[in-house]
Amino acid sequence: MKKGRFGKYGGQYIPETLMNELIKLEKEYEYYKNNEEFQEELDILLKEYAGRPSLLYFAKRMTEDLGGAKIYLKREDLNHTGSHKINNVLGQILLAKKIGKTRVIAETGAGQHGVATATGAAFLDMECEIFMGEEDTIRQALNVYRMELLGAKVNSVKSGTKTLKDAVNETMREWTNRVHDTHYVLGSVMGPHPFPMIVRDFQTVISKEIKNEILEIEGKLPTAIVACVGGGSNAIGSFYSFIEDKNVRLIGCEAGGKGIETDYHAASISKGEIGIFHGMKSYFCQGDYGQIAPVYSISAGLDYPGIGPEHAYLNDIKRAEYYPITDDEAVEGFEYVAKLEGIICAIESAHAIAQAIKMAPLMKKDDIIVVCLSGRGDKDVESIKNYKQQKKQDKKIPGVRV
Amino acid sequence: MNNYTNEANKINNKTNNISKITKAFQNKKAFIGFLTAGDPNKEKTVEYVLAMAEAGADIVEIGIPFSDPIAEGPVIQEANTRALSKNLNTDDVFDIVKEIRKKTDIPLAFLTYINPIFYYGYERFFKKCKEVDVNGIIIPDLPFEEKNEIKEITEKYYVDLISLIAPTSKDRIKMIAKESTGFIYLVSSMGVTGMRNKIKTDLKEIISEIRGVSNTPIAVGFGINTPEQVKKISQISEGAIVGSAIVKIIAEHGVNAKKPIIDYVSKMKKATK
Repeated sequence: MKKGRFGKYGGQYIPETLMNELIKLEKEYEYYKNNEEFQEELDILLKEYAGRPSLLYFAKRMTEDLGGAKIYLKREDLNHTGSHKINNVLGQILLAKKIGKTRVIAETGAGQHGVATATGAAFLDMECEIFMGEEDTIRQALNVYRMELLGAKVNSVKSGTKTLKDAVNETMREWTNRVHDTHYVLGSVMGPHPFPMIVRDFQTVISKEIKNEILEIEGKLPTAIVACVGGGSNAIGSFYSFIEDKNVRLIGCEAGGKGIETDYHAASISKGEIGIFHGMKSYFCQGDYGQIAPVYSISAGLDYPGIGPEHAYLNDIKRAEYYPITDDEAVEGFEYVAKLEGIICAIESAHAIAQAIKMAPLMKKDDIIVVCLSGRGDKDVESIKNYKQQKKQDKKIPGVRV
Repeated sequence: MNNYTNEANKINNKTNNISKITKAFQNKKAFIGFLTAGDPNKEKTVEYVLAMAEAGADIVEIGIPFSDPIAEGPVIQEANTRALSKNLNTDDVFDIVKEIRKKTDIPLAFLTYINPIFYYGYERFFKKCKEVDVNGIIIPDLPFEEKNEIKEITEKYYVDLISLIAPTSKDRIKMIAKESTGFIYLVSSMGVTGMRNKIKTDLKEIISEIRGVSNTPIAVGFGINTPEQVKKISQISEGAIVGSAIVKIIAEHGVNAKKPIIDYVSKMKKATK
């Protein structure tokens, strides 16, 4: 495969102003990747600051209730800052510091990546600015305050659809404006090469741990790994160490929104087409004439019109499978895992839970599903409460379709 | 097919191996104006391109609107949004060019992002460019490393693929300049398009490096909006590119922008001399 490509996907479709920076970033990364001192430093951060390894928890009540495959939850929600995002952030900020940067910028959707970046920046003493769609600053107001508390400046993005896609646009624009002292901590396995590779490598700790843990507990590999996909970083992190283990099914759950038969979803593999955007060739939800489509999901973190190029490739070669999960299914999953396991998970992760709820009863008792519980759900409690109330009201009015 | 297009195609097929775009720089300093197609509407885009030609512009860049123009500042972003809100599409832009070509043979270049071209189909898009006589293409998110995506097809249809060189290009300058066609778009400043009071980059140094390996005309863009800036740029390069300032005039005057455009472009063109 060509450098920076996953089959035909990936590449570096980015303004010339950023090209030398990307080339430099790749070189530096290749050096530090094999630098023992750097890796040791990162391991210590992950262990002593982020709280790794994260638990692989046997969801006994879910397993009994669903009556099929055994369900394990990879508890990324227990990491410091409450999601898998910290794995990538610590790696990238440490790398940025080594290569002499003093400032980091990042996009955020749900605010998880923004909070993680602000945290890493505070802890590693870097200046930090976060770009967040105006709509998301409303949906996730608490996370805005969190970031500010951590010393970051939060810029509300008012262009376009005012969500994650526009936050990425604005962060890229800011990077072209000030590249000499600034590193862009891209939050997912997307964007131009080398980001999809770097972010994947930093997130692969998830699947490395899953493999060790499940072999220790069960003495065998899982039947399936299930994770939600927006850009796809927790999913690729959960999949990567199992790619060669052909018997392990790898399953990604896209945001099906109000249903992929409607215009309100963010299912780039199920409904998207190949395109070139945000530095990469991959699948994107597009309108006529290649305009990037406005997408929708109850989850701000999955509300993105594209998917990382490695996922596009894994889909094409049929190594991974991708299914849409609707808002309603995700909310059911959210409530289900709260009631049965006492875990309030992120609405993003609830998409993966919903898939496990569908699959497990159809599987054998000695099958094993590992669900990546990518984040915790405090941030979502209020909006789900509102969602439920809205649903109730809609039901009361005759003629309004729910 | 009308007379201008026939004539243009002959030139397009390269006389003495000089493309129509490159020719615009012969024996003069060029003024290159930009507008976004469909802002405020299709008819006015035709009128405003003709107005620029009348006022002395040497090349006109027509922006095909894109939902997410990551290299643009707020002024051009908003023009894209306005045009798309009226459902302007790529075929409409080709229609606009057809209308323009009934009246002028001024060299024209498209500026757009790679996805609308990819979606339209590379072959179909550039074939159409040749048919309507569009002579160059500028794609801000297609750097040197990815240009093989369309290079052969642009050559096949005699559309100059304009290379961009940025203040950060450094060791990449020679590589890019060597393979440049039409003109070299020298990005004056860091960041996105938009008006700036001052150009801080040492353009002379970059230009002399380009000149070491290439004779392709160099035009400077990003941030230029006053005759004084054009005068300075014309002393060190072959042309000045002005986008946001013109788009801003259109935003302010809407359907009545013809006269202000003519006044502005005349003043700017004069500054090149």
